[in-house]
Amino acid sequence: MISRRDFLQVSMAASALVGASGFGNWSRLAAQQALTQDQLLEFDTFGNLTLVHITDIHAQLMPIYFREPEVNLGIGAAKGQMPHITGADFRRFYGIEDGSPSAYALTYNDFSSLARAYGRVGGMDRVATVVNAIRADRPDALLLDGGDTWHGSYTCFHTEGQDVVNVMNALKPDAMTFHWEFTLGTDRVSELVESLPFAALGQNIFDAEWDEPAELFKPYKFFERGGVKVAVIGQAFPYMPIANPGWMFPEFSFGIREENMQAMVDEVRADGAEVVVVLSHNGFDVDKKMAGRVTGIDVILSGHTHDALPEPVVVEKTHVIASGSNGKFVSRVDLDVRDGQMMGLKHKLIPIFSDVIAPDPAVTALINAQREPHIDQLREVIGRTDENSLLYRRGNFNGSWDDLICDALLSEREADIAMSPGVRWGPSILPGQEITREDIWNVTSMSYGAAYRTEMTGEFLHVVLEDVGDNLFNPDPYYQQGGDMVRVGGLGYRIDVSKPQGSRISDMTLLKTGEKIDPAKSYVVAGWASVNEGTEGPQIWDVVENHIRKLGTVSVTPNTSVEVVGA
Amino acid sequence: MDFTRRDTLGLALGAAALTVLPFRANAAVDDRIAEFTGGADMGEGGLTLTAPEIAENGNTVPIEVSAPGAVAILVLAAGNPTPGVAQFNFGPLAATQSASTRIRLAGTQDVIAIAKMADGSFVKASSTVKVTIGGCGG
Repeated sequence: MISRRDFLQVSMAASALVGASGFGNWSRLAAQQALTQDQLLEFDTFGNLTLVHITDIHAQLMPIYFREPEVNLGIGAAKGQMPHITGADFRRFYGIEDGSPSAYALTYNDFSSLARAYGRVGGMDRVATVVNAIRADRPDALLLDGGDTWHGSYTCFHTEGQDVVNVMNALKPDAMTFHWEFTLGTDRVSELVESLPFAALGQNIFDAEWDEPAELFKPYKFFERGGVKVAVIGQAFPYMPIANPGWMFPEFSFGIREENMQAMVDEVRADGAEVVVVLSHNGFDVDKKMAGRVTGIDVILSGHTHDALPEPVVVEKTHVIASGSNGKFVSRVDLDVRDGQMMGLKHKLIPIFSDVIAPDPAVTALINAQREPHIDQLREVIGRTDENSLLYRRGNFNGSWDDLICDALLSEREADIAMSPGVRWGPSILPGQEITREDIWNVTSMSYGAAYRTEMTGEFLHVVLEDVGDNLFNPDPYYQQGGDMVRVGGLGYRIDVSKPQGSRISDMTLLKTGEKIDPAKSYVVAGWASVNEGTEGPQIWDVVENHIRKLGTVSVTPNTSVEVVGA
Repeated sequence: MDFTRRDTLGLALGAAALTVLPFRANAAVDDRIAEFTGGADMGEGGLTLTAPEIAENGNTVPIEVSAPGAVAILVLAAGNPTPGVAQFNFGPLAATQSASTRIRLAGTQDVIAIAKMADGSFVKASSTVKVTIGGCGG
């Protein structure tokens, strides 16, 4: 029933072409020799309905590098289950060869050398080419955007999302759901949603005052495609006012609202839906749990946790599909729907290799038009990485980008301890690469970026780490918020991820003196991305830019200050 | 570099009152349950308690209870200094045996509902509601 090997065939064919040696020496042409656009798009059209899923673009209109995580721990029932398998184990699970295009796209090992061989990924003009090719094959394919689209770049910040809206509209999506979009604030997000020529969905977006469905967002929409009546139900990020500043959108309430999801599925089935698709921003583990508890969902197109999986995960009768982030992947899902039910599914996670897939000229021009007013600001070189330093973010505990940001906070704001949010967006920078202002904004841009400086007691620091740790490592996915552990600078600690909240964190150490953190003592802490209203301080991108400018060449060393046990 | 002193921190305010450990049920909860049930055993099923998994605002958490055929439903917040939240009584002419309200929770804790059915039996449902500092969403 499930197509197993489409994506993997690409990697195998490619490895056969180039052999197994000398990845680091390849020129950019190697990617084009190893892969063709036709191979990436190859798909035996199946059934009568096609879904195209893209999610968590984070405003990355241009090709980027993006390293997948090395550490992505699963807790409880999720331990050792996808997507909590990384690196060599991930490749073994799917039969991916070391050094192959799939290895580069899906795992972290040898990232810098493979990146030089295979080049950048993403770019919405390349995504447009893929979408157009699928539509050439299946003209009435549904294009579904899982949200986290209008956030995450210099131009997105300065146009309050308009640049991404303009480009995405050219791709003609059929529906969208939401998360970071709300950090534009109620007025702006409402204005943009009202302008959309497609459906804005979220069965769990409620009016906070009346605890009733919000008028602006519909729970679902029906489509007639391929002679099939399809219902697409939206599921926005459940914990928006908790994980992001609720004061920016106090009119709205969210939550998982599982009972309402079941009610919506029942409602669309009663109205004749032959296939039910949930366009979700729950995060993968939450979607898996929901798939096991809500009956009648055929496909969940999963977003938020940025996982990229080459095969669906099947829970009961529901196929859960994860399509990565930052414009790096597009999923094509073909369904065979007959006699009022789904009879089969065929899936392919298409990696957007920017040097292999030809950009769509019209969308390239449109992207350039969005960037043109800001181009001097975007391109200004602030510094560079040295030959051994890769800047990346993804991973449960540390990323070298966050280490650099924490160093910037410690030095520029003269703090003992720095904290940086464990977000999962933000592209990578290769060793020996220039760092432009655009690159800095790609990992810091947000509507609440003030870098605060305050004092916290040792006891309170412990409470913070325990609280964030439970958002990530609570064994029940419904109590997880997505995201990774808060990053710290100047502070070491030990975490036992198997313990309950309150007893995970121990051995907190002030790195500059080597002494244990004293619960009663106050420490100067600098951080950014506060969810509290009225936070003051310089913007984080300015703090980081000043720091990198002073350094000139950035050199990062492996971070050994967090000891992880119990995994 | 401009050093503003009065910067606040994201993770901090409003969280100062939070303790690390979830609030646990206390003797007052057991007493209140015993008073309502007369010490009778409580079954499961037939009572639906709807509450958010994580509170958006611990000061006003929407909850709903529903137990078709119940004559009364008791709602307790097991970790609050005063656990009693409400007791809903349904007369014979009540169209539905359900109620919704908003409650205040001092921290992460279990919300407990117990329904007294028409035949004098009792059923119980509970749900953990987490009250968190927040921030850092991916």
